[in-house]
Amino acid sequence: MAKVIGGIFTSHVPAIGGAIAKGLQEDPYWKPFFDGFKPVHEWLKDNKPDYVVTFSNDHGLNFFLDKMPTFAVGAAPQYDNADEGWGLPLFKSVPGAPELSWHIINTLVEEEFDIVTCQEMLIDHALSIPLELSWPNSNGYDFKLVPVGINTVQHPLPSPKRALALGRAVHKAIESWDEDAKVLIFGTGGLSHQLDGERAGFMNPDYDKFCLDNLPSNPDALTKHSALDIVELSGSQGIEILNWIAARGAMGDGAREASRNYHIPISNTAAATVLMTTDHALTLA
Amino acid sequence: MQMATAKRVILGTPVFDGDAARIGYAINAMCFSFNNAANRQAFLEDEDAYCAKFNLTPEQRDAVRQRNVLAMIVAGGNVYYLAKLAGIFGLNVQDLGAQQTGKSVAEFKQMLLDQAKGI
Ligand SMILES: [Fe+2]
Repeated sequence: MAKVIGGIFTSHVPAIGGAIAKGLQEDPYWKPFFDGFKPVHEWLKDNKPDYVVTFSNDHGLNFFLDKMPTFAVGAAPQYDNADEGWGLPLFKSVPGAPELSWHIINTLVEEEFDIVTCQEMLIDHALSIPLELSWPNSNGYDFKLVPVGINTVQHPLPSPKRALALGRAVHKAIESWDEDAKVLIFGTGGLSHQLDGERAGFMNPDYDKFCLDNLPSNPDALTKHSALDIVELSGSQGIEILNWIAARGAMGDGAREASRNYHIPISNTAAATVLMTTDHALTLA
Repeated sequence: MQMATAKRVILGTPVFDGDAARIGYAINAMCFSFNNAANRQAFLEDEDAYCAKFNLTPEQRDAVRQRNVLAMIVAGGNVYYLAKLAGIFGLNVQDLGAQQTGKSVAEFKQMLLDQAKGI
């Protein structure tokens, strides 16, 4: 049976892509953020996933407001990055895993999550940047991807409680996948930040710390707030923490923090990178 | 139509809900089109014609003409889409933040840096 070996949680600010393109990893502004990936790189040397299951939100690349799914599961044979409007260099394509995607889809619907399925899906900076940060300068990815999209753009948004339950149902699907395979989870976005309105630039280190402290051992603590509570606490884009909450659910019980990095600011964002591992990881970072 | 619950107001914080998504459809559709480089060029070459093609409302057209982000948001613009328009003008999210908060870009960036104190 497939096993979840760990989870990588990170911010996905578009400017990080620009910094990667310009090779600014050692630049004083960027170094405190990029250094958060050093323990991730060490851990990934010994822990090579066969599959990567990700939770992120689209930013107006794959979805428009004509059709806006609350939860969407990719089932494509390949996922390509594309121009998001800024003409930046494109990131690598990622091979898909349609068989595992459909197993997850089947399980989710059995568990009464009425998701949207996508046999074609473009991936934006929310996925491309975390993958590039984790495996920098690789010639291609050795794992296969199943991306799960969560609407954090158009309210009403799913509740944190529902996002956690979705993640737990994905975990159930992974554990019932009849292949001796290692699965790594990603949750991307956040932490506190706000791009729009008179409160633009808002961050909330106290709320971020609450999330980081509780997510490994007590993720249900994050569900005491509604989505709008989180918008108030964490900023209108801080609500991307929904992706982290779902991802944590997909790790199953018994996740522990192996590394944590928190840095203010990256662009307008309180940026964080966390590695969590499970008992199925080969080594502890 | 009756609301399921009363609207929640969060100071200085747009909540992009169904009402905003409805009134903002045209401007957001135009911004979505900017994922294509040829469309960005077409906008630069003839802004009036490009906005007309997407049937922007008068409020949306004025806001775009004035490069006024808060007015675009009032007219239903969503910042994830507006960021694509801002990119055409070479503006990043610090430029947008400065404009919306009435600060200079330097002041806005300092405000971001200051939030690192005490973490
Ligand atoms: Fe984002």
